[in-house]
Amino acid sequence: MIQLEVLRYNPETDQEPRFQRYEVPFRDDWVVLDALNHVKEEIDPTLSYRWSCHMAVCGSCGMMINAEPKLACKTFVRDYSGVIRVEPLRHFPVERDLITVIDDFVAKLARVKPWLMPKEAPANGEYRQTPAQLKRYKQFTLCINCMLCYAACPEYGLIPGYLGPAAITLAHRWNRDSRDGGREARQEEIAAKEGAWECSFVGACSEVCPEHVDPAAAIQQVKIENTVDWYKDHLMPWLKK
Amino acid sequence: METISADVAIVGAGGAGLRAALALADAAPKLRIALISKVYPMRSHTCAAEGGAAGVIKPDDSLAQHFEDTVGGGDWLSDQDAVEYFIREAPKELLQLEHWGCPWSREPDGSVAVRPFGGMKLMRTWFAADKSGFHILHTLFQTSLKYTSIRRFDEYYATDLLVEDGRCRGLTAIEMRSGQMRHFDAGAVILAGGGAGRMFAFTTNGAIKTGDAMALAYRAGVPLKDMEFVQYHPTGLPSTGTLLTEACRGEGGVLLNRHGRRFLQDYGMGPETPLGHPVLKTMELGPRDRVSQAFWHEQRKGNAVSTRWGDAMLLDMRHLGEKKIDERLPLVRDMSISYMGVDPVKDPVPVRPVVHYMMGGIHTDIKAATPLAGLFAAGECACVSINGANRLGSNSLTELLVFGRRAALSSLEYLESQGAHRGAAEGAAEKALGRIRELLQRAGGGESVAGLRKEMMHAMEQHAGIYRSGEGLAAACAKLAELRRRYRNLQLHDRTNVYNTDLLQALELGSMLDCAEAVVQSAAARKESRGAHQRLDFPERDDRNYLRHSLAYYRGAEAPGIDYRDVVITKSKPGVRDYSGEHARAHA
Repeated sequence: MIQLEVLRYNPETDQEPRFQRYEVPFRDDWVVLDALNHVKEEIDPTLSYRWSCHMAVCGSCGMMINAEPKLACKTFVRDYSGVIRVEPLRHFPVERDLITVIDDFVAKLARVKPWLMPKEAPANGEYRQTPAQLKRYKQFTLCINCMLCYAACPEYGLIPGYLGPAAITLAHRWNRDSRDGGREARQEEIAAKEGAWECSFVGACSEVCPEHVDPAAAIQQVKIENTVDWYKDHLMPWLKK
Repeated sequence: METISADVAIVGAGGAGLRAALALADAAPKLRIALISKVYPMRSHTCAAEGGAAGVIKPDDSLAQHFEDTVGGGDWLSDQDAVEYFIREAPKELLQLEHWGCPWSREPDGSVAVRPFGGMKLMRTWFAADKSGFHILHTLFQTSLKYTSIRRFDEYYATDLLVEDGRCRGLTAIEMRSGQMRHFDAGAVILAGGGAGRMFAFTTNGAIKTGDAMALAYRAGVPLKDMEFVQYHPTGLPSTGTLLTEACRGEGGVLLNRHGRRFLQDYGMGPETPLGHPVLKTMELGPRDRVSQAFWHEQRKGNAVSTRWGDAMLLDMRHLGEKKIDERLPLVRDMSISYMGVDPVKDPVPVRPVVHYMMGGIHTDIKAATPLAGLFAAGECACVSINGANRLGSNSLTELLVFGRRAALSSLEYLESQGAHRGAAEGAAEKALGRIRELLQRAGGGESVAGLRKEMMHAMEQHAGIYRSGEGLAAACAKLAELRRRYRNLQLHDRTNVYNTDLLQALELGSMLDCAEAVVQSAAARKESRGAHQRLDFPERDDRNYLRHSLAYYRGAEAPGIDYRDVVITKSKPGVRDYSGEHARAHA
């Protein structure tokens, strides 16, 4: 048997969050999500959490597992000994139990204009893009919006206005796409006070990213490009006509 | 009850719903679009589609060939006018996604790359590594953020369609965050709520695939078409049901029984093709129904591999090499290692057939319109029907796009023909609210969501699987009738309002029970074997009696009424589905 300690909070009935302990069978092929489903089906139907794909691609089941941001569908119970403590993702308001309010991220994603602003109209058929050009941004397209990076980011915890790892990475994904000419339009958010410069390069976002997107690398690339911009503007103004 | 007014309300924000929203926003910038989904758009199950999307683009391919593959693959149950439209629109839609920035995999010259897929005679599957659906979904979602006319209602669960004077006038939905019911007063409604694979215990489908949109339409009087055709994908991980894409075989992976034999050659799909050189439309590139059926026979013969999760076959990809696997099938490798502890670079991966896709769904015409005025449907929840008795892999992602857009344009035409919208069906909305309240507050029922769900899954798994019999289906029909009766005694444990997943799952279970009954009743009535519907007691295809679509009509507490409708045949007369190597060579 394993002991699950789950944070419970129902705004209608609870003054404040509390932990509830459940005993569930141990199976070495179970992920934490399977254990939660066991609780929901067999022990306590009132427990609420989000999940869907069970294959680490829909991004629904991000939660804190023993204080680390994890996808519950890809975190095996066999990798833990003793009590497994499950809490909602850090840095987000709790809606109920393990469900957080993610409005902030959704709004920020829209602000960075994550859509193609074509550099030029396509000729007849597709834009040409070589495998090498694809490779320049492909990794940054793999973000599943699971919010683990926000839960890991100390800056986001301190400065809620910070755009944060996923939103900046996705903006950068479009900036690096050979078909795109929208970098300037995205700059007003990315280069702004609460954009990329807020990042203090702790790198926690990349450590917890389940898709190995490496948002820290994206943010550093953004900073370097912005620095180059600054030098071009101030020291070589003739370049910018 | 708060009323939200919209010109068009879309239920479901996966591939089809988002594509519809984008088409509406593009065509009519002033239109008020309500995009309603029980999950955030990026959680929609389109994200789990792996292999790719079919569309004719290469010079050696032709629309006629894609047509022939699709109609034959569907065992001639597809409506051929719909297939013609679909195939003509397919390349335009895939190109549109490219212009929106979808990161399609590329050829060295920068053109879009295509890969082979099962049942397809030529390479025509556009792909983005093995996360094609994920990239399509995120490209559509991110593009939709550009339009202020698309108003999203994330995490709203649609409970009822509102019908007045024979027209669909909107819907009611529960805002999960508050538990409050909202009345969407809309001129037209597009259903894009996905499939219902969760009726079965062993499925590739995510938890959200509970047939809600199908049930909405069905209860509003729209028939469900061809529900007996449930697709088993041959290669799921036995531990979790997680899908390993057909592209594993498209790239050259082979299927072995426990003796190491490529057994498909024993089921009309031989002779064996050289390892590492897959031949289109034969052996491992046969269609999903045939490959899944072959496994069933191997299992019967004792040729399956035993695993702790039951019988399996082996998917061997070792000869592809690490480089190709990492480039083309990175997710497959990751999933196999994570959930099975097997690295496909080093060892064959145990797999077995798993419920994957509903060919059937809400009856629509070629314009994505249902028989109920003002109601349209697209994507897996709909049955146009292009997929017939067996869908070919990589046609469904394209279908989302083609018919998502088509539903949007049809809804616009409908709005224009209607003149001013005449306002709300408030009485019906209040009635819907009453139903939810009653469920939430019901006392002393004694039945539980988890209990009924388990029994439903077991019955479907046991009697509505790859091979079916009259006897088994009769038992399943009786069981579903019983479960629907007992559902009325369901009692919730959670009576609070905020994000009540006990209530949510109860409503989802109600959807699944209705869909499941339509599946087994339609299957019992179809006394022939065609595509994914195989009857042990009627092993032959019977064109004389069953070259027809089934239509299941909701009749409240009673079992559905089953009726039929002719298949539209334009140019391909029913023939023999030949996936033998001889056939492949003769047509090369």
